[in-house]
Amino acid sequence: MTAFTSPPMDTAQAGPPPPVYAKPGFRQRLLQRLGTRIALGWLLLVLLLALAAPLVTAYDPLSGGDNALQPPLSAGHWLGTDDLGRDIWTRVVYGTRVSLAVGIISAFFAVLIGVVLGAIAGYYGGWADALLMRIAEFFQTLPRFVVALIVIAVFGASLAKMILVIALLSWPQLARVVRATVASLRQSQFVDAARVAGMGHGAIILREILPNVAAPIIVIGSLDIASAILIEASLSFFGLGEPNLVSWGGMLNDAQQYLRSAWWMSAFAGLAIALTVWAFNLLGDALNDALNPRAGHTP
Amino acid sequence: MTALLEARDVSRLFPVRGSGSLLRARRMQTAVDQVSIAVQPGEVLALVGESGSGKTTLGRMLLGLTAPSSGQVLYKGQDIAQAPASALRDFRQAVQVVFQDSGGSLNPRHTVAQSIALPLRYNRGLAPEQAEREVDALLEQVHLPPRHFRNRLPHELSGGQRQRVGIARALASQPQVVIADEPVSALDVSVRAQILRLMFDLQQTQRLAYLFITHDLGVVRAFAQRVAVMYQGRIVEQGTADAVLDDPQHAYTRRLLAATPIPDPRRQQLG
Amino acid sequence: MNSGATADAAAPLLDVRHLCVDIAQGPRQLRVVEDVSLQVQRGEAVGLVGESGSGKSMTAFALLNLFPSPLARVAGGEVLLEGRDLARMDAAQLRSVRGARVGMVFQDPSSFLDPLMPVGRQIAEALVAHGQVDGSRARVLELIDLMELPQAAQVALKYPHELSGGMRQRILIAAALAMKPALLIADEPTTALDVTVQAGILKLLTRLRKELDLGLLLITHDLAVIAETCQQVHVMYAGQIVESNAIEPLFDRPAHPYTQGLLRSVLSPQSRAHDLFSIPGGVAIAGQWPSGCRFHPRCPIMRPGLCDTAVPELGSSGQGVDRCHLSGAPEAIHAWG
Repeated sequence: MTAFTSPPMDTAQAGPPPPVYAKPGFRQRLLQRLGTRIALGWLLLVLLLALAAPLVTAYDPLSGGDNALQPPLSAGHWLGTDDLGRDIWTRVVYGTRVSLAVGIISAFFAVLIGVVLGAIAGYYGGWADALLMRIAEFFQTLPRFVVALIVIAVFGASLAKMILVIALLSWPQLARVVRATVASLRQSQFVDAARVAGMGHGAIILREILPNVAAPIIVIGSLDIASAILIEASLSFFGLGEPNLVSWGGMLNDAQQYLRSAWWMSAFAGLAIALTVWAFNLLGDALNDALNPRAGHTP
Repeated sequence: MTALLEARDVSRLFPVRGSGSLLRARRMQTAVDQVSIAVQPGEVLALVGESGSGKTTLGRMLLGLTAPSSGQVLYKGQDIAQAPASALRDFRQAVQVVFQDSGGSLNPRHTVAQSIALPLRYNRGLAPEQAEREVDALLEQVHLPPRHFRNRLPHELSGGQRQRVGIARALASQPQVVIADEPVSALDVSVRAQILRLMFDLQQTQRLAYLFITHDLGVVRAFAQRVAVMYQGRIVEQGTADAVLDDPQHAYTRRLLAATPIPDPRRQQLG
Repeated sequence: MNSGATADAAAPLLDVRHLCVDIAQGPRQLRVVEDVSLQVQRGEAVGLVGESGSGKSMTAFALLNLFPSPLARVAGGEVLLEGRDLARMDAAQLRSVRGARVGMVFQDPSSFLDPLMPVGRQIAEALVAHGQVDGSRARVLELIDLMELPQAAQVALKYPHELSGGMRQRILIAAALAMKPALLIADEPTTALDVTVQAGILKLLTRLRKELDLGLLLITHDLAVIAETCQQVHVMYAGQIVESNAIEPLFDRPAHPYTQGLLRSVLSPQSRAHDLFSIPGGVAIAGQWPSGCRFHPRCPIMRPGLCDTAVPELGSSGQGVDRCHLSGAPEAIHAWG
């Protein structure tokens, strides 16, 4: 190749940035399926009922009356009454509070513990990682329900205890996922770049790594809410729930003798449990799809 | 003259995965074997080697990202492993990096402005408003009009544009040495020289020193004053670019030259 | 387009005529390869060179209908292999052609080798797929030998991860040549390899071409590699062929401004700092092709009114053809000064 002499170089001209094709936004992706929209609608309804319970009910959920075992569509009791004369509709509505409280608070603590421990294990590795993962394994191998049963049976029933127990049993799964994601992100070049830019370890974990872990955390979090509600319902069904609170599981417990004769005592509570758990599961699924836009995206 | 950045007799060993058990020590693999190399202020030193030569590991040690198994990494004569916090801060500010694939070295969730602002906020301690102005100035320096580019995400840029962002980020700390690890290998041919020219001009105006890690001998001659050739963890030849490329002493250097295809059909050495 | 000596003696082994490839994007069809024509003779190495977005890989996939995405398809033109049109064949006929008459080698050897199977068996699979079960073991050893890999019997028993990158690529070439095809298509076969390993592979390909009278279509972005191995070159830009010629005339007297710029951009150990040259701007993106000549926004001799409105056709210039309105004009000879 003959050697040319160069013309005056134009180092500029990076060219325009490639066009950004409009992709469906997060909300669109989330809401694109009908099932998700129904699930979200249901959850919104549950939330509203929980917040506005006194406004939409006319009776005291705990004290009964004379009108025992009235079937649905009776006068003044559109869902009927139970064996102690308590209005079913009122109890279902007040039950939302317990379910949501247990579900959300225990999931919140599980996420908190799981993220902190998982991030430490994933980022620092070494003995911290080994120790934390052994602890997580220990908790994970305990059968959730049986442990909850034992703790509450031995130490007494209360909402706070139930939330604590469920949180302690749920954090390991989240921690493992966080640990794995953090460990792999730690190797990425942009973390290297952050170190070279002068960021300390703490800042790197918070600003660079955790935002990229948010997606699996959100998904597992919502699934944790669903399973927490289910565990609570099961415990209450066995009579281990807090006695002075209305919960759907408790309603099922009350309805045991009346499964055939007064089907409405169990049916509506059971339906509420099933729909709420299903809705949270579906939400978790939809969030997973929406937060991972690469799936199905044409390159 | 004290070298700006220096590796003195550094080695780096890695345990071989799967080797070793409760009773046997794990086998170690030597990625870098007692290498000494120095970058003088304002010079361009090319580090040439193929995969497995240890050049990237050496680069990481010089950046303080990986600790050497033995030997020292010195910044202005001071061992960075022993340096007090203030000296370490100086080191962090003075030694920057441009990676091969800015797609991987830019946080996919950060905009261009956010990525460039990081060293401004941390290495130079600038307040947010100051940092914003500085980001725009840096984007201008690399010929990316801020208006169009500051809010882009990495995947919305072409390869050449991403490299420019990487360069802007490296310049943000006002460094004295930039370690460039294969900065143009992933780019199209017609764009490579744009980036090289940009780096060349910046070097002239800002008196930067470069450690240019590459496997491409064509880039070396166009850009570097000195060359070090690495093979299997060792430096096998070092010298001025002209000397090494015109009159290679070591067999591996000769093999490398012989293997490099020449864009001249009349001089086929591989056919 | 023929190199001087061999006139139109034999019909070409591969004759691609006006090939077009579309990719479905939503309701629209995006044309990523337009009007590509090229020929490969037996024993000849033809290079197809272009950067990202040029459509060169899509062209390679189109020849055997091996698109990685179901959204891509051949939208027009003919692909004649030994006289038969591959573009019109159904799946069964194509299967009988792939491997048997045409072999293909891709860029990253690791993705095309099954990590769980010894490599000898993977080469044998190519034979078995075409009905050659007997004598396959001997043929496999023969092929590994042909690839210049010592101790063929031992190599055949190894798993892909036990071999180096260069060896893996040689295994893929062996598998591609198992049924003695007449044509080998290699898409960036050495891009992922070290330069010393690349040298070995290129030497091997040239030797095979001469010994087996193999037609070779080499697709790459690396002009130096083309200079070392090919006799004919086609330069692609933005989905079209912008210049075709024999290798020496193309390097001596490139006609199209893009080719000239590309050649100037190539760095070799002989280049110097002041030789740093690059074509301003960035490569055109599919779907956003500039009007008229697709290179015009970056072209130093662009003539307003002509180059930005009229689409240039391929016309002959010297020994080759190029797609430039100003081909032959005085300013076009050294477009970049």
